[in-house]
Amino acid sequence: MSFVRGLKCKECGQEYPKEALYVCEYCFGPLEVEYDYAAVAGQISRDVIARRPQNLWRYRELLPLDGDPTDGLNSGFTPLVRADKLARVLGVRELWIKNDGVNFPTLSYKDRVVPVAMSKAKELGFDTVGCASTGNLANSVSAHGAKAGLRRFLFIPHDLELGKVVGSLIYQPTLVAVNGNYDDVNRLCSEIASKYRWAFVNVNMRPYYTEGAKTYGFEVAEQLGWRTPDHLVCPVAGGTILPKIYKAFQEFERMELIGPVRTRIFAAQAATCAPVVRAMHSGQDFVPPVKPAPLSESVDTSLRIGNPADGPYVLEALRETGGWADMATNDEIVDAIRLLAATEGIWTETAGGTTLAVTRKLIAAGKIDPNGSTVVCITGNGLKTIEAVQHRIGAPMQIAASLKSFEQVVLGGGASERAAAGVAG
Amino acid sequence: MAVTVLIPTPLQRLTSGVGEAMVSGSTVGEIIGDLDRQYPGVRDRLCNPETGRLRRFANVYLNSEDIRHLQNEETLVKDGDELSIVPAVAGG
Repeated sequence: MSFVRGLKCKECGQEYPKEALYVCEYCFGPLEVEYDYAAVAGQISRDVIARRPQNLWRYRELLPLDGDPTDGLNSGFTPLVRADKLARVLGVRELWIKNDGVNFPTLSYKDRVVPVAMSKAKELGFDTVGCASTGNLANSVSAHGAKAGLRRFLFIPHDLELGKVVGSLIYQPTLVAVNGNYDDVNRLCSEIASKYRWAFVNVNMRPYYTEGAKTYGFEVAEQLGWRTPDHLVCPVAGGTILPKIYKAFQEFERMELIGPVRTRIFAAQAATCAPVVRAMHSGQDFVPPVKPAPLSESVDTSLRIGNPADGPYVLEALRETGGWADMATNDEIVDAIRLLAATEGIWTETAGGTTLAVTRKLIAAGKIDPNGSTVVCITGNGLKTIEAVQHRIGAPMQIAASLKSFEQVVLGGGASERAAAGVAG
Repeated sequence: MAVTVLIPTPLQRLTSGVGEAMVSGSTVGEIIGDLDRQYPGVRDRLCNPETGRLRRFANVYLNSEDIRHLQNEETLVKDGDELSIVPAVAGG
């Protein structure tokens, strides 16, 4: 049974049928899925959800399919980790890491949005899927599409990290590297989507795709014991997930699954590409596009979108919740990646480093109350961005395959005597 | 100046399905004006009728360059240029 009433323009309210439409014909505003919330409320409860399999479809009444889901049956429900050791370093009482770096199967939050877009694309009769991507999305479409048996055309900037390129190619899609940055790839995919009847997950499937991002917020609320945190810090690239986490919290409140939402939401971007932060700091309600700094000057690539489609909705969510936005330098990003790894045993990619670095700044600036609860959104895995840290984490100690060499080189001068005494004792 | 304009799907109802048009004018604003003469109604979809400025979710590219990085609607065009109208796309 479907609870989807149709699509509605977020800007002017014009209504549309639930088809492969993504932009309002009248004002170019994005289209949003409309649900029959009264009917949903009669169907779900904490008990009903808790009894279901631990994947993203446990919230299916608030996701935009008409039939049963066919993709991502093992995706989502990633760990929410209590991070006490990191909390002590940062000087806060209650800190949580929501770790989509271990999402299944491609280790990023994109394994939430892709199954929703892909299941919907199949419902609508598509046999070919595509995307414009900074890497993680292409990985996810490539893997989920392989399992679903769909033809895949994936478009990426030409200069991505090796891990993100190999992480798509291994599933044998058609991978196209475009000579340009992500904003160029985006524009090209829009033009292709206008001409060919393919389901581009983040173009013509966008209304359905973005709904999948809500599951990140649903899980945070459920895993915290059916409550929302006092603060939540989220990375921003195109601006999809942050407003959708806010929407997820609001929907749970509306369904009376949680109490009133008082979460203040914060946005994190890399200083090398920070259009939303700059718009927030200068008090604008739109996001003037920026040109990202050259790749040679940017540690981060995953958030490198100069013209974020959902930027205005990020600004709205920040202002409505009393949040704020800030940016992190290359060094701060790498330091934060190392800190998270050394304290909590979690290796995140540069987007996660950016988010934690900004969290530190917000705590230092008094924007985050150290006595409140804070969730840091980790959306990707460090294995994919080895280049960002490989020259900043030292090297293995080289020794010969002998006990003597181990003691001399690793334990250092005098160590062999101490070790001998220890053995004798 | 004769310029090729790429028309996205959401506007093609106004162009009877035409995805590409030859349009004349010396600035981006004039190009949109001439496009509106050929296909009445296009301008109101692209621009806020009160301010005349491009709507915040409409992206216009001149030879692949976002006109907001140039001189917006006042950007000069020349013969053979390509103007692409592109709705916003979600991140990836």
